[in-house]
Amino acid sequence: MKVSITVNGKLYVRDIEPRMLLVNFIREELGLTGTNVGCDTSQCGACTVHMDGRAIKSCTCFAVQADGRQVTTIEGMASGDTLHPMQEAFWEKHGLQCGFCTPGMIMATTAYLKDHPNPTEAEIRHALDGNFCRCTGYQNIVAAVKTAAEKVGA
Amino acid sequence: MCPASFDYHRPASVAEAVQLLSRPGAKALAGGHSLIPAMNLRVAQPGELVDIGRLDVLRGIRVDGNRLIIGALSTHAQIAASPEVQKHCAALATACSTVGDPAVRNWGTIGGNLAHADPASDPPTVVLACDAVIHTQGENGQRAIKAADFFVDVFTVDLQPGELITSIEIPSQSHRRMAYVKLPHPASRYAVVGVCVSMHTSGGVCDQIAIAVGGATAKATRATGAQSALLGSLLEAEALEAAAIAISADIGDQAVSDIYANATYRRAMAGVLLKRAVKAL
Repeated sequence: MKVSITVNGKLYVRDIEPRMLLVNFIREELGLTGTNVGCDTSQCGACTVHMDGRAIKSCTCFAVQADGRQVTTIEGMASGDTLHPMQEAFWEKHGLQCGFCTPGMIMATTAYLKDHPNPTEAEIRHALDGNFCRCTGYQNIVAAVKTAAEKVGA
Repeated sequence: MCPASFDYHRPASVAEAVQLLSRPGAKALAGGHSLIPAMNLRVAQPGELVDIGRLDVLRGIRVDGNRLIIGALSTHAQIAASPEVQKHCAALATACSTVGDPAVRNWGTIGGNLAHADPASDPPTVVLACDAVIHTQGENGQRAIKAADFFVDVFTVDLQPGELITSIEIPSQSHRRMAYVKLPHPASRYAVVGVCVSMHTSGGVCDQIAIAVGGATAKATRATGAQSALLGSLLEAEALEAAAIAISADIGDQAVSDIYANATYRRAMAGVLLKRAVKAL
């Protein structure tokens, strides 16, 4: 089936099998391998991307469902050499250990901050309900989100 | 992992969707947040998927007189954030705000949730407590199914092949106080037990009450014994204690034992959650 999906501002037209998951479209058809596959069953959040501005899990969405929509992946967050404030905060606060969950963490938390610009620490932890860090590096992830909120709000 | 192959359809109308869905092996795809994980694990291998996700006629939340009408394609996030739902069925907003996680709530729909009828899911408990009506469209026309008749068993509802949920109609609960309280599984956040209470009091006396329990049994269940224990009471400690014992009996030997919790624990927790729910009103 032919689909037209805009990813990081660029329109891609591809002929794909209906069973292709959005995450596989992003990784295999487009070669954007920043989005990771963890659990395949919408629990771990490693595959989180934005679709029409909202965080979704791209392992639990067929690419055909994204036809005609706008998708943003981790590769679309920086503007040239300037990192997104959330990326910068993750760097600054060392909000990662192995880094596998980081793209999903950044996509989930940037979407969250759009609706909740000034979250408490408890709210940040609650917002990360669907993103697992198996290194258990949550402390610095939460600190990074807090820092990003302050930067954006400042 | 990769789902098995299927034929994909994107109908332009509900009528067309119903026609496609009446074919053997066809499944409706909305948010897909129950279906796609099952397909990824190959527990489900539907031969045809009918993508109803673009049928805008199934969207929207509105109030019609004293009824709240929720389109089947409303997402959990939309329901949780809706001022109409917060006013007319506050516990449904609470329940939907605890489904999955933010990304799941952005894409998963109430229609899909009810059709899937996971016994550990939150919305069915509230829908049952409110005496909601599930509206459907099938090849033989429309049906209005009472929530009490809609949920049949584990993952089983009264939907015929080709029949699609179009909306959920909830009698306004705005004159009542409502609460939904759950004991979430620590990892999945599914309800090990969930209790919904909708209550009206007059001069401190409980004169209208509905209680439903989910997670504890194969399908959400009305706790009629616990309702009787509280009806006419002043919600004093003794009445609450009696209701807690009654709700355990209401579930009785229908309580489920699984790897998360045994039946005795679930019966006990239903009583605890009922007391918490009443205190939260």
